[in-house]
Amino acid sequence: MIGADAIVKCLEKEGVEYVFGYPGVAICPFYNSILGTNIKTVLVREEQNAAHAASGYARISGKVGVVAVTSGPGATNLITGIATAFADSIPMVCFTGQVDSKLMGSDAFQEADISGAVESFVKYSYIVRHASEIPRVIKEAFYIANSGRKGPVLIDLPIDVQKETISRFAYPEELSMRTYKPTVKGHAVQISKVIRELEKAKRPIICAGGGVHLSGAVEELRTFAQESGIPVVCTMMGLGVMPTEHPLFFGMVGNNGQPYGNRAMNEADVILMVGARVADRSISQPDLITENKALVHIDVDPAEIGKSAGPSIPLVGDIRHVLEDICKQELHGDYSAWTAQLREEKDAYLAFTGEQKKDRRGGIDPAAFVRALSLAMDPDATYVADVGQNQLWSCANYVMRSGRFLTSGGMGTMGYSVPAAMGAKLAAPQKQSVAVCGDGAFQMEMMELGTMRQYHVPVKIVVMKNGWLGLVRQYQHLTYHDRFSVTDLSGSPDLDKIAAAYGMKYLHLDREEQMEETIAAFLKDDEAALLQCDISPDELA
Amino acid sequence: MEEINSEPKQKKVFQLLVDNTSGVLSRIAGLFSRRGYNIASITAGVTADPRITRITIVATGDDDILEQIEKQVAKLIDVRDIHELKPEGSVYRELAMIKVRADAAQRQSVISITNIFRGSIVDVAPESLIIEITGNQDKIDAFLRLLDGYEILELARTGIAGLSRGIEDVIYLDE
Repeated sequence: MIGADAIVKCLEKEGVEYVFGYPGVAICPFYNSILGTNIKTVLVREEQNAAHAASGYARISGKVGVVAVTSGPGATNLITGIATAFADSIPMVCFTGQVDSKLMGSDAFQEADISGAVESFVKYSYIVRHASEIPRVIKEAFYIANSGRKGPVLIDLPIDVQKETISRFAYPEELSMRTYKPTVKGHAVQISKVIRELEKAKRPIICAGGGVHLSGAVEELRTFAQESGIPVVCTMMGLGVMPTEHPLFFGMVGNNGQPYGNRAMNEADVILMVGARVADRSISQPDLITENKALVHIDVDPAEIGKSAGPSIPLVGDIRHVLEDICKQELHGDYSAWTAQLREEKDAYLAFTGEQKKDRRGGIDPAAFVRALSLAMDPDATYVADVGQNQLWSCANYVMRSGRFLTSGGMGTMGYSVPAAMGAKLAAPQKQSVAVCGDGAFQMEMMELGTMRQYHVPVKIVVMKNGWLGLVRQYQHLTYHDRFSVTDLSGSPDLDKIAAAYGMKYLHLDREEQMEETIAAFLKDDEAALLQCDISPDELA
Repeated sequence: MEEINSEPKQKKVFQLLVDNTSGVLSRIAGLFSRRGYNIASITAGVTADPRITRITIVATGDDDILEQIEKQVAKLIDVRDIHELKPEGSVYRELAMIKVRADAAQRQSVISITNIFRGSIVDVAPESLIIEITGNQDKIDAFLRLLDGYEILELARTGIAGLSRGIEDVIYLDE
């Protein structure tokens, strides 16, 4: 047995189903050993998309996403994907080929110090020097990636290590790491403090973040909200923790959030931040969430607690375990007056915006489109929003029922949606997977139509086309008085021809009265389809 | 000049016990640089257990920054322990080597200042001396001030190493 065989055996032991990647000479021993096993490989069209596909796969399956690319440019192309996963705490193990270990440090052909380059974007990284280390390294890597605050781990594999003979293979059953012991259970004293704080509270609110999804605590959160009667808002990464129409749900907060959601945060007397990191786009003024109110901050990462806002009650632990423990406590609080007030404010806002006649200059109303699309999708479908105006329209108007909403929230990486939707579809083939992007991001990721075609991954893609880099154009409109600089996307390809080139169904929506039937035709059948939705460049998000 | 409405900068000495993996120092140094934390000094050396390295970092910042430093460092996978070495409960030492221009006429007075500070002369050349001095940073700073009248040709300071006093804070490195 050689090192490469050992790596594949370890992946089998970890229950790996898919490896997303792109080979080169330096990773060829690995790709040779994986042939003939039950692990499926997916050749993406650019390395960054391997990480995004693994991210979509990980977020839907709850398992670790796995990537394998070659050394040098293969590895450096992967960096944006790794950084995107790191910013959103997505569990991922990335293998990179490396030049012969005797040549490392000599600026050899296709050599890059990838572990050095990704240092600030990974939870941990390894350079494997001897094939005998492989089982321990891979066991640790999967554990680190998928425990505590999740994130990507990189394993750099010199080609000679992949080819080195090892005499015996044993995958460690147990893992003992001296230095890494994430906290899982919340401290009982802190939990009872939270209960006491909530009993004193008149206007408590839960602000749920991506950590709720990552720890698999959506059910626990809904149960807690339901039983306690505490209203819920969420961050962009938290979208989907509550169904949109739930009477206790008051939308997304932040720069691009719902005004009534932000107002609810401001008016609350106790805020429970649950798996949210008080990031600048969600909470632009951290001082305001501690002023005249108690902040309870629950997170698995102690470094996030107190980073942006000093909490009254810090509570470190895995969200699912903590919420389970909180639900076991008796909580006597009546927040019905508060919830009724929030509902009134929300209804008044919705009525007000509903009455306003939109001054529209042609094209499809993006808000109405997102709403109609999400309602036409299967209730349990996955919706992947890209980055830009399409993302903000999606966040504000997507109607969540029992599906998932994915996006690149932390890094805001354009070109995330198509590869991530592809990974999501592979993780749950029976569910619809819909990518929604603008015509800017689409041109960063459209090479993946080839991957979809090759592996028969029937993703549905919406391109909201306005011929511009819309969100930057909007910024230039508002900040630079319509001096549009380098945001004009004319020269973009005809999307009908792109779809035809890849053998995809193509639909075009340019008249609002055809919205419902076009969306229905687009979603019909489990086959890949591309829908071009024309949006006016003057439409603001 | 006093800054108005800003928390005063403080100095803290942190002791780290880390796994002796390749790249551990660059991981720690990289964390400080990318998050913009200030390091006044950093020293590292292996402990009695060759798998573990002890690192002493002197960092400056306001309370929030110093708290973040401790938490972010603790998060690094290779870091087994980080805690503050409080001045009252710890001993700090730094070694400095100072090359001073001194001809035969000046030599004697430099030697006598050095003796007062229990330093030693480790090299003598026709026009210079090298002084070796060990102590906490205040002592070394005070000694350097006394050398104000002389020309310091070269100065090498190691940064401090420290240990807590007594046995209460000892971290036992069992598995």
